[in-house]
Amino acid sequence: MERTPSLAERVVVNAVVLVFVVFALYPVLWVISLSLSGGGMGEGGSVLPIPHDPSLANFKMVLGGDDPQKTWLFGRQLANSLLVSVLTAAVAIAIATPCAYALARFRFVGKEAGLRTLLVTQMFPTVASAVPLYLLLDALGLLDSRLGLTLVYATTAVPFAIFQLRGAFESIPVDLEEAAMVDGASRFEAFVRVVLPAARPAISVTALFAFMSAWNEFILAATLLSRESAFTLPVVLQRYVGEHDAQWGAFAAGAIIVSAPVMLLFYVAQRQLVSGLTAGGVKG
Amino acid sequence: MIRALLLAAFAVLLVSLGAGCGEGPTKIVFWHAYRGDEEAALIKLTKDYEAEHKVTVELLSVPFDAYAAKLEAAVPHAHGPDAFIDAHERLGSHLQNKLVAPIGDALPEKDVASFEPVSMKAITIANVRYAVPLSEKCIALYLNEDLVPKTPRTIEELAALPVPKGSYPIVYEAGTPFYHAPFLSAFGAGMLTADGQFGMVGPGAEDSLRLVAGWQKNGLLPEEPSGALVKELFSTGKANAAISGPWLAGDLGSMKFRVEPLPLVGKTGQRMRPLLTVEGAFLTPGGSKREDVRAFVRYLGGKQASIVRATVGKQVVANKQAWEEPALQKDNVLLAFHAAAKDAEPMPTSTAMRATWVPAQEAIRKVLRGDAEPKAALEEARARFLDALKPPPPPPSPTPLFLVCGLVLAGLAFLMVKRVREPGFRAELRRGRGAYAYVLHAAAIVLLLVVLPLVVGALTSFFAGTRDQPQYVGLSNYTSILTARGGDLLGHGSFYLTLLVTVLWTICNIALHVGIGVLLGVLLSRQWLKLRAIYRVLLIIPWAVPNYVTSLAWKGMFHRQFGAINAILKALGAEPVSFFSHWSTAFAANVATNVWLGFPFMMVVTLGALTSIPKEVLEAAEVDGATRWQRFRHVTLPLLLPNMLPAVVLGTVWTFNMFNVVFLVSGGEPDGTTDILVSEAYRWAFTRNSQYGYAAAYAVIIMGLLFVMTRMLGRLTPKDVEKGEH
Repeated sequence: MERTPSLAERVVVNAVVLVFVVFALYPVLWVISLSLSGGGMGEGGSVLPIPHDPSLANFKMVLGGDDPQKTWLFGRQLANSLLVSVLTAAVAIAIATPCAYALARFRFVGKEAGLRTLLVTQMFPTVASAVPLYLLLDALGLLDSRLGLTLVYATTAVPFAIFQLRGAFESIPVDLEEAAMVDGASRFEAFVRVVLPAARPAISVTALFAFMSAWNEFILAATLLSRESAFTLPVVLQRYVGEHDAQWGAFAAGAIIVSAPVMLLFYVAQRQLVSGLTAGGVKG
Repeated sequence: MIRALLLAAFAVLLVSLGAGCGEGPTKIVFWHAYRGDEEAALIKLTKDYEAEHKVTVELLSVPFDAYAAKLEAAVPHAHGPDAFIDAHERLGSHLQNKLVAPIGDALPEKDVASFEPVSMKAITIANVRYAVPLSEKCIALYLNEDLVPKTPRTIEELAALPVPKGSYPIVYEAGTPFYHAPFLSAFGAGMLTADGQFGMVGPGAEDSLRLVAGWQKNGLLPEEPSGALVKELFSTGKANAAISGPWLAGDLGSMKFRVEPLPLVGKTGQRMRPLLTVEGAFLTPGGSKREDVRAFVRYLGGKQASIVRATVGKQVVANKQAWEEPALQKDNVLLAFHAAAKDAEPMPTSTAMRATWVPAQEAIRKVLRGDAEPKAALEEARARFLDALKPPPPPPSPTPLFLVCGLVLAGLAFLMVKRVREPGFRAELRRGRGAYAYVLHAAAIVLLLVVLPLVVGALTSFFAGTRDQPQYVGLSNYTSILTARGGDLLGHGSFYLTLLVTVLWTICNIALHVGIGVLLGVLLSRQWLKLRAIYRVLLIIPWAVPNYVTSLAWKGMFHRQFGAINAILKALGAEPVSFFSHWSTAFAANVATNVWLGFPFMMVVTLGALTSIPKEVLEAAEVDGATRWQRFRHVTLPLLLPNMLPAVVLGTVWTFNMFNVVFLVSGGEPDGTTDILVSEAYRWAFTRNSQYGYAAAYAVIIMGLLFVMTRMLGRLTPKDVEKGEH
């Protein structure tokens, strides 16, 4: 299959990737240094981010020192974040997949108008629609509930999910489904058994996107939720930024804690993402 | 139909789940934005109160950034707290939005004498009192005990004290109006005049800027000082003195320092009077009707509670009687701030005050950078202030709007009728029936939760004034934006100039996002690259870390004196760059940050899209003798791009509206020139007198522009081949 690359190629490819790894990591190293010391925002005046007077005090504070009532609040809020983000990804995928499939495979009245509307929704800055959204959730009785928040996040992720998945479904040869249907499967069965597995990489990308959009959001979460035990982590972190000053060290420590699960998730899930590369070599 | 029913059932289920918590009659809901010591004190007080009275108090600490928005959303719809803590200067806006009610017997006549007169003044409007004053916050002078044993009489003497290289005689956030205000007062000027006019004009205000700009020019002040930098310099002994508020004291650890009220300005012989913020406990209209809520609020301001807030929460409490407590008499920092507050000027409560900050800040920074003379900069600031407060035009006749809407609706109707009457339409409708089963639920939920709020939001663009009393203004928000508010079409902050910046911003970002994303995606898909799983994880880090903190880390890296980028430049032998003083470098800083934040997403999308390219095609090309570049250019790329198109189109749209990075990194500097359209919209909504209608008009125009742009893009790319249609 793939031929063995020359030494020069190996070196160049690794070097290029490493340059970008440094680019990606350097600012984060400042955040880490900040979390260990609690000084300025990368304003150390030096090239290398070395924390002065390193301590884990910020991490301790975020993980529980700032929890005067000792109720495992941070743990519960982490669970909230995970629950909301995972559900957001699941709901967004569940809503978007059938719709994207129909948009990729069927011709029906209203298809073009629907696609255009979806695109338009992404163009409207949220600054103007936050208040109506609040009123709507109020009317639905979904204020101050994690389910309501999940629903809002999922619907915001749905337009992207539909576009992304529609593109993926279009690139899957239609013969695959037809073969299944000749074998007696219904259209829907062919969709579930043949198309969905083939679109796994695109579904993973979309799910990751939906997960991330929920994982980092705080304005809507802070506005819609009104119980501390229901807060998600970004809301908790944002509390370290006050009107006059901010505890950047604690914020940075929290940010690192918040990003660890995402990286873990990505490390585990990346096989799904690129599975087509290894498994898709030989086709029927 | 069945789907719709299921959906309805689902909704009912959600409602019942959401409404689980019952409400007892004796629960008091109380919101605040405190943290740390202040929060600890509040929690202690609440516990004590609950033990003595038969009530439960539910505290909620809301992030400051979301506090006002949350109050404005929740209180008018009876989901707000019964009472809340806020700064008195937001009283004007809260009254306008009907978030607060008079304090009533939570502050009876006999209590008045026990509070500082200045704090009583702050919470009173037209002889009505609106809060129980809790604490007073203003800035004062911190002095390093070792470096400045004897306090100089004037600020000029302080600035003239000799310091070693790399140290400063005085550090404060010089580019922030809140910190410049004491200088203004010493020169007989202010932020806002008593009759609500822009106060930063005249020779006094100009002289105050000249004084500070002179220090900056002579290197007596650090450049681009932020709160974090002030803290860092003062706490490490690199500054003799700092001007800051009580919040700094908690971060100084074991350092030896003292606090004193701000000194005189020698030139005028006048004292520098800082702005005073009085934090009070406010009653919402609902809460004001409940006796138990009023009693709790009164308790918070009382003597015993004030002592706890002062000793545990380190607050400069507004209750005079509490200061008789011996424990308070020993705390020199608190005493100093208490003394400073007596002489401070309460911040004006009028909503016009909010419109002063941005123009004032732009003027101050311009002068500090040496880009403008004080007089010209302040005149400009006044013009911007007046422009922001321009009253809405008189209500026009609704005819033109109806006409436009009517025409649009008629056009749509015509198109629909034309479509319906096309031959074969019915057959098509019938044929597509199977498809609706797949799309109906998505359509319903998107229409309800995305499209509906959007339409309502768009409709507010025909209104001006506050949310509570909207005033119909027809299309005037639009005409005003599109005519650059009657100013120069390419002048400062005009729609067209901002549009130009936004388009450039979008192009730069998308080109780099897609370029880097595709490059890394293609490189990382190589089987022989042993470390690719690790590389991939490391490369998505910028996406994984919350971008609020990373954006600010980037801003810190771009700092003129203490930033890592300038440290690298210096190590390479280059001259340091003052990134936020020039449009080009400030813009580049924004782009660099946003590219860093955005390339991992495109990389992941590329990785996913690459999987859809059949191996056989590439192998066939290789067999045919295509070089590696030819294979990439003629096989991989053409197969890759259609798959990435949705991400690229949506990425373009999102970048166009990417408000966070611009706001956090350059903040529009220099002089608002790096702002993009959506940050303009944001400014109208939040810093210029809450003109939500105007912001909504911006949003609608942005949407229209993007729609036209994507249509044009769609024309340019070949119509994708419709596959697998039945």
